[in-house]
Amino acid sequence: MRLLIPFLLLAATDPYERARARMVNEIAQDVRFTSGETGRVALDARVMRVMRTIPRHLFVPEELKSAAYANRPLPIGHGQTISQPYIVALMTDLLRVKPADVVLEVGTGSGYQAAVLSPLVKQVHTVEIVAPLAQQATARLRALGYRNVTVRHADGYNGWKEAAPFDAIIVTAAATHIPPPLIQQLKPGGRMIIPVGGPFSTQSLMLVEKTAAGKVRTRSVLPVVFVPLTRPKP
Amino acid sequence: MRQRSLATAVSLLSGAALAYEILLIRLFSIVEWHHLAFLIISLALLGYGASGTLLALARERLSAAVCAALFGATSIGAFLIAQRLELNSLEIFWSTRQFGRLFLLYLLFAVPFFCAATAIGLTLARHAAESPRLYRADLIGGGVAAAAATALLFAVHPVTALQCVAALGFLSAASFNVGRASARPSGGVGGLKPALRLALLGIVAVLGARPLLLPLRMSQFKELSHALRVPRAHIVDERSSPHGLLTTVASPAVPFRHAPGLSLSFTGEIPEQLGVFTDGGGMTPVVRGRDLAYLDFLPTAVAYVAPRKKVAIVGAGGGSEVLNALAHGAEEVTAVELNPQMVQLVRELGGPYGHPRVRVVTAEARRFIRESNERYDAIQLALVGTHGASAAGVQAVSESYLYTVEAMRELLAHLRPGGVLAITRWMQAPPREVVKLLATAIAAEGHFVLIRGWNTATLLVKREAFTPRELAAIRAFCEERSFDVDHPPGGETFNVFEGPSLSDAAAALLTDPEDFYARYKFNVRPATDERPYFFHAFRWSALPELLRLRARGLLEWGYLVLVAGLAQALVASLALILLPLLVLRRRASEPTWRLVLYFGAIGLAFLFIEIAFMQRLTLFLGQPLYAITVVLSSFLVFGGLGSGFSARITRPRRIPLLVAAIAVVMLLAVRILTEVALGLPDVAKILISIALVAPLAFVMGMPFPLGLRRLAEADVPWAWGINGTASVLSSMLATLIAVHFGFSVLVLAAAVLYVLAAMP
Repeated sequence: MRLLIPFLLLAATDPYERARARMVNEIAQDVRFTSGETGRVALDARVMRVMRTIPRHLFVPEELKSAAYANRPLPIGHGQTISQPYIVALMTDLLRVKPADVVLEVGTGSGYQAAVLSPLVKQVHTVEIVAPLAQQATARLRALGYRNVTVRHADGYNGWKEAAPFDAIIVTAAATHIPPPLIQQLKPGGRMIIPVGGPFSTQSLMLVEKTAAGKVRTRSVLPVVFVPLTRPKP
Repeated sequence: MRQRSLATAVSLLSGAALAYEILLIRLFSIVEWHHLAFLIISLALLGYGASGTLLALARERLSAAVCAALFGATSIGAFLIAQRLELNSLEIFWSTRQFGRLFLLYLLFAVPFFCAATAIGLTLARHAAESPRLYRADLIGGGVAAAAATALLFAVHPVTALQCVAALGFLSAASFNVGRASARPSGGVGGLKPALRLALLGIVAVLGARPLLLPLRMSQFKELSHALRVPRAHIVDERSSPHGLLTTVASPAVPFRHAPGLSLSFTGEIPEQLGVFTDGGGMTPVVRGRDLAYLDFLPTAVAYVAPRKKVAIVGAGGGSEVLNALAHGAEEVTAVELNPQMVQLVRELGGPYGHPRVRVVTAEARRFIRESNERYDAIQLALVGTHGASAAGVQAVSESYLYTVEAMRELLAHLRPGGVLAITRWMQAPPREVVKLLATAIAAEGHFVLIRGWNTATLLVKREAFTPRELAAIRAFCEERSFDVDHPPGGETFNVFEGPSLSDAAAALLTDPEDFYARYKFNVRPATDERPYFFHAFRWSALPELLRLRARGLLEWGYLVLVAGLAQALVASLALILLPLLVLRRRASEPTWRLVLYFGAIGLAFLFIEIAFMQRLTLFLGQPLYAITVVLSSFLVFGGLGSGFSARITRPRRIPLLVAAIAVVMLLAVRILTEVALGLPDVAKILISIALVAPLAFVMGMPFPLGLRRLAEADVPWAWGINGTASVLSSMLATLIAVHFGFSVLVLAAAVLYVLAAMP
């Protein structure tokens, strides 16, 4: 609860509050768009509540502040982006995190995804290989009071051995394969999510699940419900 | 003296402009992406069309020499500014600001083309009586430059080549000056001094610009930019050719770990690799470490469930699949790689090309298949390019003769009894390429097995049915590695894909392919040599649904860029040429519609034919780079000769009909000859290609100067502008027609256009 106080204070005086509310509405709308086939009408209410509180405008470059709450990805320099809010919400939802969970993020970027996870879990460990991004994210997350997020400037391929195992892992830095150390550091019953596609166009989300028995399964989730086959002619 | 220096000036400038075009494509492929290069240059070429309008309005006040010098200055200037504009093309679907920047780039690069075209058009208008000779100089200059630019790119860095082009602009300016000075009564050698001074001054400036041009500023989102951002990563080698800029990077702190589709069951380490990037992307690893255990956990290793003595790796790149074959006991591995610099580099870096059991063939893949007399136990079509590029469909409108039904048949014919063809592709969601590949294998009457990991799929094709023993071995291989066997169906599912499964797709394609093509929302009809667009999967009927779903990630970049480019070019040509033509044209020697029809039709048709023959002969010559250079140069040079000859033609009206007839005859001739003469040595094939192009190009060079002949001087600029605009539209329209209807239709369409031009 103590963690939420700064947000509440911010919300009271925040000129961006309305923009944020609009953003959350758009996310809800996007989710409804995709609900046709899956039968899922809304994302987890806790995720939506968090999306409503995190000051996204403090995670984007100064000159892009006005576009911070648009439902689109934005460039943050160093060839990296801050993901589209809808995709952030969807990935967070798909991880199905619980308050006691310990989460690893590979590819901190601006730190926004870590901030979104922060109120939902016990601890977030996040790794960034680009030094300036790691420094900025550390300073930003500290200043905004996300006490349960730790940033490390390192190669995410090897995960974070000392903090393993993890209940959930989120990999935003693309690779040609899923790093074996990350699979090893995922708890049985844990979930890993990897967005697939270009930096400005997520094509699908890859969900990796480790069963209680330790078997690994993957599932490709489209952010949109597009059925590529028309029905056969009667 | 005067005429000769004018013709020289026109040749130099036209050549410089064409070389500039080739160089810009090269440079933009490095700093951005190839499809964007195509878009920017296509639009910028509208500068050619716009020059006609300027000439029509203000001919008296212009100087060809000044325009040529301006070409020299702006050709480099435009690139310098573009490098500092920070376009982020990936963001275009999201940001109007990026759209604005793209538009600025069009304008920026239109300036040099505009200057060159103004100088040439001005010369044509002022010396209308000599237009056959001047147009000849224009075309021949272009033809020589096309070959020279390609040759130059083998010798020097593209930036150096750019400097040469700018210098050529200044030389042309000097030559124009000499022409003008000697035209004066007191002329003679008097014009030489200031002209040379101008040229020298320009060239010194061009040389001085080098520190501003290098190093090239690459998009921050390119693979190479990402690689170099990692601590201690550094470039160890860089070399350049028309095949691409090869950059080798070592990354000791955070090693490269390229292992596409690696099994989730693999728990070991990936050995040390060097990354080789082509034009800042498409990384291929050169494996340095000794621990090769990971190779057996790649999906491509499925080809080796049975012993394969003789293996061919097509698209071998850095050679990791060659190592894979060797590691699985192959006795003889043939590595096929297109880029000779890549082969050399991999040898130097200690890759497997020096191994005693490896034979390297430097050739284009399809050509290798067509010309090889050997048979193999396994042929691997290696996975090249990135998952992101595959997802974005950037290659949609690039021809590929490797994934056609005919190619698949030839590949199967090169298998020994029991041999297998293995093709690995990235999975897309929803699947497109893999489904098309299935359809291709079925059309080529192969027997197949399809396996799939979390992000790749591998198709195994044989001439005979798979034996139960082979199937059992494949299933065991997959079971151990968490791969799925999609066809034949059955077994455990490790990786779930939403939507219709590949098992169902395979079953449907085996029973009623036509019905499946019609019902699938992407184009998965197999590609053929006539329409070799394997990567084109977009269907217009799916567009409304994709837009409604805001499914930006599923749009196909390459195709949309082409359509968007064409739409923009149409609007721009209306604004730049047609409107001024209708509003401002005075003293008409001919009705406006007739002017547009004639010069528009021959402008469109010229490139339709050129592009169709370029593609057809690419397959014949088997090396796209040389084919394009030979065909382009032949068309321009013989077109130029035809233009020069046109002064002697007495019945000009019939010429376009003659072109139409010869085009159709040559279309048939190309089809027959390229099949018959396939096995001949290169020199013979090049000579045959030139012989096929020469008569057609010769007559194609005539309609333009013949058309100019009957115009009043004031109308020449309009004709020049209309023709230039039509050429720009033509290159994009030609690709679109080829994608949808094939190359033969493209030639027939050109024939119809020539018939229209011949109408009285």
